[in-house]
Amino acid sequence: MEDKFFDVIVVGGGHAGCEACAAAARMGVKTALITHKISSIGEMSCNPAIGGLGKGHLVREIDALDGLMGRVIDKAGIQFRMLNASKGPAVRGPRAQADRSLYKQYMLEMLQQQPNLTLIEGAVEGLIFEEDTVKGIILSDGQQIKSNSTIITSGTFLNGIMFIGHKTYVGGRVDDISCCGITPYLKSKGLTIGRLKTGTPPRLNGETIDWSILEKQEGDTIPSPFSFMNNKITTPQISCYITHTNENTHKIIRDNFSKCALFSGLISGLGPRYCPSIEDKLVKFADRTSHQIFLEPEGLDTNVVYPNGISTSLPADVQDEFVHTMRGLENVEILRPAYAIEYDYVDPQELNSCLEVKKISGLFLAGQINGTTGYEEAAAQGLVAGINAALHSKGSEDKFIVNRSEAYIGVMIDDLITKGVDEPYRMFTSRSEYRLFLRADNADFRLTEKGYKIGCVSNERYTVFKAKKAAVSDFRSLSDKLEVSYSDVSELGLNIKKDGTKRTLFNLMSYHDVSRETLFSIWPQIKNIPENIYEQIEIESRYSGYIKRQLADIETFKKDENLRLSDNIDYSSIGGLSREMVAKLSKVRPSTIGEASRIPGVTPAAIAAILGYLKNKQCI
Amino acid sequence: MTKETIYALSTVFGKSGVAVIRVSGSRALESIKLLTDINVDKIKPRYAYFTNLHSIGGDILDKCLVLYFKSPYSFTGEDVVEFQIHGSRAVISSLMENLGSIEHYRLAEAGEFSKRAFYNNKMDLTEAEGLADLIDAETSEQQKYAIRQMEGNLKTLYSNWREEIVNILSHLEAYIDFPEEDIPHEIIDTMQNTVFKLSEDIKKHLNDNKMGERLREGFRVVIVGPPNAGKSSLLNAIVKRDAVIVSDIAGTTRDSIDIHLDLGGYPVILTDTAGIRETSEQIEKKGIEIALEKVKNADFVICLFDGSIDDVHLFDNIEKNNSNNLIYVANKKDKISSDKIKHFEDNNCMVVSVKDNQDVKKILYQIENQIKNYFTSNSNILITRQRYREALKNALINLNMFSFDKDIELSAEDIRLASRELGKITGRVEVDEILDKIFGSFCIGK
Repeated sequence: MEDKFFDVIVVGGGHAGCEACAAAARMGVKTALITHKISSIGEMSCNPAIGGLGKGHLVREIDALDGLMGRVIDKAGIQFRMLNASKGPAVRGPRAQADRSLYKQYMLEMLQQQPNLTLIEGAVEGLIFEEDTVKGIILSDGQQIKSNSTIITSGTFLNGIMFIGHKTYVGGRVDDISCCGITPYLKSKGLTIGRLKTGTPPRLNGETIDWSILEKQEGDTIPSPFSFMNNKITTPQISCYITHTNENTHKIIRDNFSKCALFSGLISGLGPRYCPSIEDKLVKFADRTSHQIFLEPEGLDTNVVYPNGISTSLPADVQDEFVHTMRGLENVEILRPAYAIEYDYVDPQELNSCLEVKKISGLFLAGQINGTTGYEEAAAQGLVAGINAALHSKGSEDKFIVNRSEAYIGVMIDDLITKGVDEPYRMFTSRSEYRLFLRADNADFRLTEKGYKIGCVSNERYTVFKAKKAAVSDFRSLSDKLEVSYSDVSELGLNIKKDGTKRTLFNLMSYHDVSRETLFSIWPQIKNIPENIYEQIEIESRYSGYIKRQLADIETFKKDENLRLSDNIDYSSIGGLSREMVAKLSKVRPSTIGEASRIPGVTPAAIAAILGYLKNKQCI
Repeated sequence: MTKETIYALSTVFGKSGVAVIRVSGSRALESIKLLTDINVDKIKPRYAYFTNLHSIGGDILDKCLVLYFKSPYSFTGEDVVEFQIHGSRAVISSLMENLGSIEHYRLAEAGEFSKRAFYNNKMDLTEAEGLADLIDAETSEQQKYAIRQMEGNLKTLYSNWREEIVNILSHLEAYIDFPEEDIPHEIIDTMQNTVFKLSEDIKKHLNDNKMGERLREGFRVVIVGPPNAGKSSLLNAIVKRDAVIVSDIAGTTRDSIDIHLDLGGYPVILTDTAGIRETSEQIEKKGIEIALEKVKNADFVICLFDGSIDDVHLFDNIEKNNSNNLIYVANKKDKISSDKIKHFEDNNCMVVSVKDNQDVKKILYQIENQIKNYFTSNSNILITRQRYREALKNALINLNMFSFDKDIELSAEDIRLASRELGKITGRVEVDEILDKIFGSFCIGK
């Protein structure tokens, strides 16, 4: 190794690591990605799919900040579906099945093409500390690589233990080693470390499935790309299939409960409730006689099938037995058994909103190590950590903080650092109080400018965005100018109250029963407005009253968010705070009054006391 | 955006010498203009004005002191108006209600005055420290206050509603966030009914069977009875002044007359009526009509009769046609035989002499007890705080907007806003709570 110093080192080549190193490199600093296997970069360890509700929103936000995920899945996606297409725009979530190997391939290509970025193969087993600052990493062969900022994205690899029935294997993923070295370094600085678990279903041989008798689930006829830079999808599209568990399946599983790692007490970590193992489902919903299982091909040129819905920690022979009871799977061959995995995570309350560890300068964490689950959640954190690590390495005073009112990314980070986690954290649209405003369709409006200013968005993207912004604004003013009179309204047979007032295009767009075709027939000139422009104004019209209210709420929210609290406040010296409040605030060390108010159990009275303290200190 | 003008009671709610209600915001002067006789164009800041306080409709509510602090020389740094009124529940409630109906006015949230003061650089440390205690005190003092057993009922009621709202919201959110899951569609149908029922319940609760109104305006007690039963004498004995012309000529009282009383802390409006009897005289006929109308609207009816000549059956007609509480009183005890006294008493009829002070007290005590009973036995729980009423009203507005004719995320937003309002009373509805519900009641996760 010639070069022993990088501005930013990223440990781990998963979804968080890829975005982190690419973001840091886009920021113009010398960056290294260290992974134990370059061929595993961008691996989809579980479900070969990107997006969904809340998650699809995250991908759009990552893309708006010039991240990689959206562009990669657009090339690697083999079945695109807009979830909730029949519901309103704020809760539509783009989702795509990926070709697992294409995804890895395109991700690696993008990293290889990224200037300022070096990919290094090696296992990181330690951190170089200078007092409470991290100055680089130590590889398993003892080699040291120094850096100003270090980002750890260890996924499930920190002390990963896999469970198949009562058998345990040490490792972070099937066929991969785990790394145990970093945890003691983190513990030595007093970080709270916990255990979480997750699981993955068995993989099936598609050639042994009787597809002909199964219900088919097709993708959208016109797939919508994730990236704001793409207009269409060119990768060939496939279908998924649906089967069900039945009473036979359930009986076999129940008879073998004692053999599963989960119920025998081998696993101490908590798993995600929204992604329960099949045995969890049977316990919790004992009266259900059937559960839906989606059979998702893992790629265009592979026979591997991912049966979505039967993750389990039962022994391999039991898995084999129950899988065969399902329709279409009578003769199926299991290529690889399901397993559960337990791993170390760091209590995210140890982090600030830049995803930097509060107790250790220069150390950033992203992804499952922060207690989240999901590729999208990981990638979004990687992006934020990457940008902030780059800023830190340059000695910049700037911080890249995304708040709750701007993006799901902000909601997630704020939830993590103020509340901590007790199960793997996954994004849902219901987590956002500004859901109508934080939409997948307007992620660029919310973030691209901000990203460009900090330096993580390319000129090319910014130019595309500016053009779109101008077009939207033009169409918005046009929509106010185009009017129909009262008599026109009745002539056109529009089902609108005839109150004598004129209606503008903008007004009419809000009516569910006024179709676009009707509007086009009144004003032929708007027919050629591009869809992505038209929809912005249509949504604004449809949501108008509600959005106005949310924007007002956001103003209030921002005020509290702008009142910053320094890291070294001695809460016990603030008059009027109970011991409980002092303990809570000292643990989380919120960086704004807003954050403080969202810590569970912190009362308005405590907030008022802190405000008074600040005022006296004249910190604001 | 113009910030809303806020108002709040700065003193403890309840009977006291003086109550202070503060208004803060750019439209604060509006309250003086609409509710007092002061000419706002000429008002001087920091001067105390003694004025009539009237409702927006013009009814006199009280006499009060009004102070105006011009921005930025005020507690909050905004225009502030302070009303110093008499500390009666009725006056406080009606002033609060009138303020609430002014456009862009709303009830302040806990600590909001201080928050504004803080934002406008008006607060120093001592004040802020005091504030922490104040907010705590506000809740605990208020909790201590006002009819404790009702507080318990209220808590239960609101928590139940909150529970229902969290349920509905979790259904909606599950439906939104897990579109691929098989969440039963019939749930959507029952939701509509639940929301409808909930908003009906809240509406009813807000009306609180006119209980709040009664507390403000007084319980209506009407005295009826045949001519010369001693109705006016009773009334006079009660108010201890000659408020009503009393004479021995039958039919002297031709109109109904209202007397305001404070009975054990409850406001009472006592009304005398024309004697009810068959009559051909026009004016008197009219008087009787009015009397019967009064009986219809009364909460309590004192059926007073001359025990030496009449019987309780005299009022059978009133009892049959009205659902209010009747209190039978046989007057002229000195002229009634002891057998008859026993007969009356067995029939739940008081036997008195309205000329005897002790007897009059007995009647009043009876009314007071009845009011207390009315309070506690009434299944409709009284809204004890204006803050609750405000939150409930807003929750109701949002619930009323709910429908499945719009995008589901907007329906969810209606419920979320309603839950936020209820949360102001019961504590916030956390996202985690909704997710708990979702994972607890639906089989989520492919």
